[in-house]
Amino acid sequence: MKKLVFILSLAFIVGACGDKKSQKENKEETTGKLSGTIKVDGSSTVFPITEAVAEEFRAVQPDVKVTVGVSGTGGGFKKFSRGETNLSNASRPIKEKEIAACKENNINYLELEVAYDGLAVLVNPENDWVDSFTIEELKKIWEPAAQGVIMKWNQIRPEWPNEEIHLFGPGVASGTYDYFTEAIVGKSGSSRGDFTASEDDHVLVQGIAGDKFALGFFGLAYYTENKDKLTLIGVHNGEEVIKPTLETVSNGTYKPLSRPLFVYVNSTSVKSKEVVEFVNFYIDNSGELSKDVGYIPLPSELYVQQKENFKNFVENNQ
Amino acid sequence: MNSIQKNRLKDQLFKIWGIVCTLIGLVLLIIFIGDIFIDGISRIDWEFITDLPSRKAEKSGIYTALMGSIWILILTTIISFPIGVAAGVYLEEYSKKNRLSALLEINISNLAGVPSIIYGLLGLELFARIMNLGASVLTGSLTLSLLILPIIIVATREAIKSVPNSIRDASFALGASKWQTIWHQILPASGGGILTGVILALSRAVGETAPLIVIGALAYVPFAPSTPMDEFSVLPIQIFNWISRPQHGFIENAAAAIIILLLITFVMNGIAVYFRNRWQKKWK
Repeated sequence: MKKLVFILSLAFIVGACGDKKSQKENKEETTGKLSGTIKVDGSSTVFPITEAVAEEFRAVQPDVKVTVGVSGTGGGFKKFSRGETNLSNASRPIKEKEIAACKENNINYLELEVAYDGLAVLVNPENDWVDSFTIEELKKIWEPAAQGVIMKWNQIRPEWPNEEIHLFGPGVASGTYDYFTEAIVGKSGSSRGDFTASEDDHVLVQGIAGDKFALGFFGLAYYTENKDKLTLIGVHNGEEVIKPTLETVSNGTYKPLSRPLFVYVNSTSVKSKEVVEFVNFYIDNSGELSKDVGYIPLPSELYVQQKENFKNFVENNQ
Repeated sequence: MNSIQKNRLKDQLFKIWGIVCTLIGLVLLIIFIGDIFIDGISRIDWEFITDLPSRKAEKSGIYTALMGSIWILILTTIISFPIGVAAGVYLEEYSKKNRLSALLEINISNLAGVPSIIYGLLGLELFARIMNLGASVLTGSLTLSLLILPIIIVATREAIKSVPNSIRDASFALGASKWQTIWHQILPASGGGILTGVILALSRAVGETAPLIVIGALAYVPFAPSTPMDEFSVLPIQIFNWISRPQHGFIENAAAAIIILLLITFVMNGIAVYFRNRWQKKWK
């Protein structure tokens, strides 16, 4: 009975909210069933969001075939700049070299932010001395000069134990590593080399969970899935100590260890209706779907803005 | 302890050492398979085979990846089998022993040791871009064919070498031409060995990930290929993709997909063993 009431009330709420909107959408949907192929490639970090959007889009437009590859952000941009793909997933903004390659092939594009990813700093649950880090402390631990020098916890704060510190982090080829080093050390890809690195974040989880003196970092989603095995440490953003959560990452107070995830659209693709429809669907749904796959939605006004930008982009490129 | 006893002791020790070494590989394999089965076996059902990939682990299936793998397997067989066997026959039966053939031989055995990702780069440039085949099933099959050709050629040559010369001599003595000898005597006699080599090479091709990722094989495709020009995904890519997801449900999915992939390779190896035994009996 309780369940029934719950479902009914839920249906009522959904119905009430959707009323005005659905009428409008119905009008749009009378444009009919679309078909065609949409090719997406790029970052494996963004992949789960695009996969989720493509999966849901099938329910709306079953004849549009959306395919998603995982060549990595750089590999994706290479194909994007040759005009081989319609959309490109990226876990960092496009680089100068890639912009030049796009220009060479007369490819104009629009950058869309679709979600945030938080980087979590973690220790073992038995670690009872650390309650927060400052950026300076993290830099002191991870910068290249720390190699072979900063080896004990009490070198960071004197009151911490005189025990060896064991570092864990993602492999140097990953975007997560690039982002962390850029945000903490100040230069992308520059850090000490004597830490346990693994491309498989599950290995990092196991490593930190099994070592009292461990310290590591990786994507927030891996912490969310392993809350019982790890302790999340807040980072001092200059004003206060903030732990990464849905709210602090979304409203930008968890600085600097949160990053936006992007999708790039090229201008020739928006001439086809199915791409326009798909991108609009992407912007409308990526907030909800990014939560499903472990990322953090943008504030809703940003989605409105993205949609506006895209609308203008489509109009300018017809 | 006299020297005889010492030698016997050494003998025993070496035997034990040998047993330990033999078991290391086997035990590790059993641990691995056991672990995978515990994680994945409960996940396998008909829906898992027929569902499309999804963001929800429990709704995800391997349909498109499995169909992609089957397409790749069939096309790769069609391409690599005739070329590989013909090249093996030529090198063993026709080519003269000179510098050129020595060079060819060295190169072929070197090719067998080239890392698979290099073949991926070759496939991307040659098939996907220059021949404009894109990231299609055909590009994937051609790339994997290149990858396993050296293995097939070497296996064919070994199989042909093991055919006793008396059979060749007898065939020639009866007035058969070289072609007749090869077609009616040598190939049937070495068939078991050749097939074993081909099937083992193909089981390697089914497990390849790196070259296919390089040519642009996809991670999410909502449809199974219907022509050789369609885009595709394969089981190893699906597994790789699932393993790197944070949610635990995907780890189960990966284990379940690994079981299916292992099943495919075990069945293929089983067929290889079967052929070998049947042929051996026929020729004894």
